[in-house]
Amino acid sequence: MFARGLKRKCVDQEDDGEGALAGFGTIPSYSLQRQSLLDMSLVKLQLCHMLVEPNLCRSVLIANTVRQIQEEMTRDGVGQGAAPQSTGRAPLDRLVSTEILCRTVRGPEAGCPVPDLGDGPLQGPLPEICTVDAAEVPRSPQSNPWEMDSPRESRGSFQKSLDQIFETLEHKNHSSMEDLFSDMDSSYYDLDTVLTGMMTSAKPGLCDGLEGFAAAAPPPGSTCKSDLAEVDHVVEILVET
Amino acid sequence: AGGGNDIQWCFSQVKGAVDDDVAEADIISTVEFNHSGELLATGDKGGRVVIFQQEQENKIQSHSRGEYNVYSTFQSHEPEFDYLKSLEIEEKINKIRWLPQKNAAQFLLSTNDKTIKLWKISERDKRPEGYNLKEEDGRYRDPTTVTTLRVPVFRPMDLMVEASPRRIFANAHTYHINSISINSDYETYLSADDLRINLWHLEITDRSFNIVDIKPANMEELTEVITAAEFHPNSCNTFVYSSSKGTIRLCDMRASALCDRHSKLFEEPEDPSNRSFFSEIISSISDVKFSHSGRYMMTRDYLSVKIWDLNMENRPVETYQVHEYLRSKLCSLYENDCIFDKFECCWNGSDSVVMTGSYNNFFRMFDRNTKRDITLEASRENNKPRTVLKPRKVCASGKRKKDEISVDSLDFNKKILHTAWHPKENIIAVATTNNLYIFQDKVN
Repeated sequence: MFARGLKRKCVDQEDDGEGALAGFGTIPSYSLQRQSLLDMSLVKLQLCHMLVEPNLCRSVLIANTVRQIQEEMTRDGVGQGAAPQSTGRAPLDRLVSTEILCRTVRGPEAGCPVPDLGDGPLQGPLPEICTVDAAEVPRSPQSNPWEMDSPRESRGSFQKSLDQIFETLEHKNHSSMEDLFSDMDSSYYDLDTVLTGMMTSAKPGLCDGLEGFAAAAPPPGSTCKSDLAEVDHVVEILVET
Repeated sequence: AGGGNDIQWCFSQVKGAVDDDVAEADIISTVEFNHSGELLATGDKGGRVVIFQQEQENKIQSHSRGEYNVYSTFQSHEPEFDYLKSLEIEEKINKIRWLPQKNAAQFLLSTNDKTIKLWKISERDKRPEGYNLKEEDGRYRDPTTVTTLRVPVFRPMDLMVEASPRRIFANAHTYHINSISINSDYETYLSADDLRINLWHLEITDRSFNIVDIKPANMEELTEVITAAEFHPNSCNTFVYSSSKGTIRLCDMRASALCDRHSKLFEEPEDPSNRSFFSEIISSISDVKFSHSGRYMMTRDYLSVKIWDLNMENRPVETYQVHEYLRSKLCSLYENDCIFDKFECCWNGSDSVVMTGSYNNFFRMFDRNTKRDITLEASRENNKPRTVLKPRKVCASGKRKKDEISVDSLDFNKKILHTAWHPKENIIAVATTNNLYIFQDKVN
């Protein structure tokens, strides 16, 4: 699907054709951008319009995007054995520029291997990242990680929850992505239930109407699967009524 | 229309509230001319339908064609609540389709996410007067006082236009209806939601036939949805449906009862040099329309309009870029959800020009013969009738010329999603968020 080497080379326009190392300074940037896009996509999937059924087409397109990112990350070996929390979370509070992610691919196919970034703090100064006005992101009233002045607590907890989602997505195999769509037929907002269940430290604020379900969230550390089993049970009850 | 002369478009009318504060219920969600072009229907987010009628041409003043004035307004759909899912069902009118006129009355289908309704719009300009047994106010007279026989006669009255629901087609869609299309047999029609397409008979409301079903057995495997569907204008067994992956399938109902297997699959191979994480999203087709001739079909995806020859499946015969300057902004447009905007497109009566909307209240027309295109703006600033609209230009990068608008100054909240072209004349209806603009070509 993606010409892996191509993307890396094109990230750094000035250093075209100089090989993997030449682009090294900007590779973290691409990875961060991709990470940011993944997180943004997950947020989009979670934000639910409580009263009206969410748009299925939009959800499917976002989920497919998440899957693509996840697949590419898996191919790149990102996150295997790495703790996601430290993957340069700093830029998350500013939305990252569109340019690099949308840049068209140019140049010959290159087989340059991407060095595993590990997930230690980034070396050196971050390359210049243009910021997009964060004000346009639809947000729930309570958790608001994009604003600088949101209380540390809820911001931290939201990020931790995103990490947990990311963790389950990374460390599980492919089927965990599909879990997001389980039982969509009978009651679509269960997608939100599933994700809410994973976010054990988040207040139920993201999906207020599901307080009843969020309250049943298991303690931190439990696996995703047990959350889903509970959700399945709840959904069964719902559907039978 | 068409040919070598470029049309000069003039402002004709604008309908709707003037103030910038848009009431959500007033957001226009669909626009459609009837088969003669005499009537123009709009649907809005509040579930209302407003029909405009064109005035008879004033023979003395032949500067312009007749104006459109309000003919009928009615509440088509009401908000509902699905108790099983604890979710609201929006009353927003997703689509309106007119039936061809068979008698004095007009008929149209209007649909929200779940329910399709057949409305009859009829005129009343006479009423009976002089009842034998009733007083003028309707009360029955005491029979013992009736000594003579009198037959009521029809007397003229002020024109009254009545809309009444004749059929309600409900409970056939689990997912949200995105399209309705009337068959050329004028007896049946299809309705399409995200995963299924149903065939109805206009007279029968208690059952419909499922003709397409792309719901996977395991919903976890869902990766593609139906985005639009339409019957062929001449061939009553043929219809097409488009998908979120940029494909169009043409189906023949004679082949089998369930048209899960397409007769033709139209798909353009991806351009590898343009690949990004957003490629699939921007390839999702938001509208599909057959040409009047039935030989071509047009699709709209996020950045372009494509014309397909029904005999060639592997690529479109024509591609027009609507706003290519947005390609480098896709991430921002994804972030603010604009990338999911569903733009419609339409043909002119002779199939020589196609039109579609964009942002900043711009809309675009592409002449298929001359290969020229034009960008115009729907704005109250060009308010004088018969003022020729000035072409607009967006400056993608670099030095902005005078009168050009830079991409970064575009207003992405001002989007033109719905446009319609009169079936015979060069009259177009363009919907901004809550206003309906009518433009005509300059008549000398």
